[in-house]
Amino acid sequence: MEPLNRASQIKTLTADDPRAARVLLEIERYRRSPDALIQVLHVAQDVFGYLSLDVLQFVGRELKLPPSHVYGVATFYHLFSLKPKAEHRVVVCTGTACQVRGAEKILEALRRGRGLTKGSPAAGGRLSLDHAHCIGACGLAPAVLIDERMQARADAGSIDGLVTAVTGVPR
Amino acid sequence: MNVAEWEARAAAARERMAASGTRVCVCSGASCMVSGGDAVLEATEKAVKSAGLEGSARVVKVGCMGTCSQGPLVRLDPDGVVYQKMDASKAGRVIDKHLKNKALLRESLLFAGPAEPGVERPSEHPFYARQLQVVLEHCGRINPEDIDEYLAVGGYRALYKALSSMSPEEVIGEVKMSGLRGRGGAGFPTGLKWETAYRHVADHKYVVCNGDEGDPGAFMDRAVMEGDPQRILEGMAIAAYAVGADRGFIYVRGEFPPLAIRRLGIAIEQARAAGLLGRNILETGFNFDIEIRIGAGAYVCGEETALLISIEGRRGVPRPRPPFPAESGLWGKPTLLNNVETYAGVAPIIERGGEWYSTIGTAKSMGTKVFALAGAINRTGLIEVPMGITLREIIYDIGGGIPGGRRFKAAQTGGPVGGCIPEQYLDVRVDYESLVGLGSMMGSGGLIVMDDTTCMVNLARYFMEFCMDESCGKCVPCRVGTRQMHLLLSRICGGEGTERDLALLEELAPYCREASLCGLGQGAPNTLMSTLRHFRDEYLVHIREKRCPAGECAMAGAPAGVR
Repeated sequence: MEPLNRASQIKTLTADDPRAARVLLEIERYRRSPDALIQVLHVAQDVFGYLSLDVLQFVGRELKLPPSHVYGVATFYHLFSLKPKAEHRVVVCTGTACQVRGAEKILEALRRGRGLTKGSPAAGGRLSLDHAHCIGACGLAPAVLIDERMQARADAGSIDGLVTAVTGVPR
Repeated sequence: MNVAEWEARAAAARERMAASGTRVCVCSGASCMVSGGDAVLEATEKAVKSAGLEGSARVVKVGCMGTCSQGPLVRLDPDGVVYQKMDASKAGRVIDKHLKNKALLRESLLFAGPAEPGVERPSEHPFYARQLQVVLEHCGRINPEDIDEYLAVGGYRALYKALSSMSPEEVIGEVKMSGLRGRGGAGFPTGLKWETAYRHVADHKYVVCNGDEGDPGAFMDRAVMEGDPQRILEGMAIAAYAVGADRGFIYVRGEFPPLAIRRLGIAIEQARAAGLLGRNILETGFNFDIEIRIGAGAYVCGEETALLISIEGRRGVPRPRPPFPAESGLWGKPTLLNNVETYAGVAPIIERGGEWYSTIGTAKSMGTKVFALAGAINRTGLIEVPMGITLREIIYDIGGGIPGGRRFKAAQTGGPVGGCIPEQYLDVRVDYESLVGLGSMMGSGGLIVMDDTTCMVNLARYFMEFCMDESCGKCVPCRVGTRQMHLLLSRICGGEGTERDLALLEELAPYCREASLCGLGQGAPNTLMSTLRHFRDEYLVHIREKRCPAGECAMAGAPAGVR
């Protein structure tokens, strides 16, 4: 388990960092209103790739919000990630339409084929799997996103080869 | 912009649209884009240019045309002919044959299949003929990134009518008379909500649009945001005038492809630049502006109090009501909160009158409803139907029935907090009360069709898992109840369930429903309860025979040979 007091791990981030400057720009756009926290975190995750504790601390300081509040919000919402993302990402839509059309079979194929499951990346951490609660491609179910590329009417038989083809990560 | 300038601009836009000859409308809805719509757009533009038809044809990006399963789609207006399953080379052929040689490219006509020639006039095909489009009337016909096209089809006339000739009370009266009810799913009378927000006196009031379309299988609101965003802004502006608000927010689901957010952003900027948002709108002294807030992936934020708290930048955790948002919402001020589809229905009600709208639908559920058809159905897509239509008409006439010669088993409405409607109720009229009477609900409009390969116990388990994952954790019945019910359902699906588990489920479900704070916990047991009501046999086969009749559940606890 990670220690509860992680203050010592936090490196101070300042506006000298161009990425931090971009976040600061967003904060100014909302006239430093603490209400903009979620909108600011979106931008921060976009430019940093994920929300490290340094980034959360920086955002909290600039918006004059306690770290507990910022951390609470960042961990409440599914779209925010406090860990770096894998190099390649497979997102299987498990929305109802995809579920009815065989999303579970696709998940099973990825598990069997390369031991890839939600929360446990494969290929030495290079490839990760997430579930999405509907990406809105219901007319094209089941849908899978491989490195942001949408595969409509995905098929359990060919999904593994497709993952290799798109990401270059072999089985 | 004053009234004269606005009228002149609309007239000029109308003329431009008429003078551009054939409009080659390429669907740029998310579904068509994913199936290669951008390549089609590029190829169409190139073909028009190389054929030297720039003077007599114009390529336009439009929103969703509805028949998503046939995409990418291209429609040629004013002929009204739609071509399906386009790719770059077929798009080139359409331009060549239809535009240059004035002949139909028959093999690519909409709904063309191996046995059928397709339809020349989509409006005569049951998919469109059974629909009645009010909210979607411009969706798929105008360029959503060009406010002039919206003005050309009569955009902002309703706002002007309200501002120039109606008092706020009259606007509210018209909405009340229309019978419009909340299209987010709960069906609360819209006019009544507006009146409450109007009656509460405050220095500031807010108008908020709920675009946090989180039900899996639902893409109605996203299609409207992508296909006709100005319509939502106009509805919100009318609402703001009626209740006395000066600031508005659109809360958009964060998981959506960026298209909806981008188009709303463009729409707001264009409306501001045209003087239709901002200060002194149409020189009537009315001030109103709108901002976008992007959600961050929490289903519970579709609940109204959680949504407002999320706009304030905090954890989206619901709070008890009263006070209702119309009394005390954003930053403690009266806040009117409606769904995307509700706002998109306001402009036609003000323009054509509440009485006109009230003639559509049934006595208690008036008007039209947009549904997203998906699952085991031939024609998936986006439809708008008058209330009171039967499920059978939606699924068989519009949706074209079940593919692969399989048997219809159930229709799921209302998302994770909705329920299932079995075959014997296919002739039920779709209205708020009838669906609730069957243990389901109208919901926001996701309609998922299931055939006999879907296991109803596993479906209940699936939705329970969804609710368990999405429970915010504030109240015990939901946080703990969903987890326990999921455990019991997983046991039954795994072939390890007992009849005692079933009894426990039946004891637990009503507690969760009655004691939870918000609609998520209250609705979480719904699919379980409705499948228990209509498909109890299936549960018993799982328990007694350790067998899944639909063949979906892997029975770990089953003796060898029984699966």
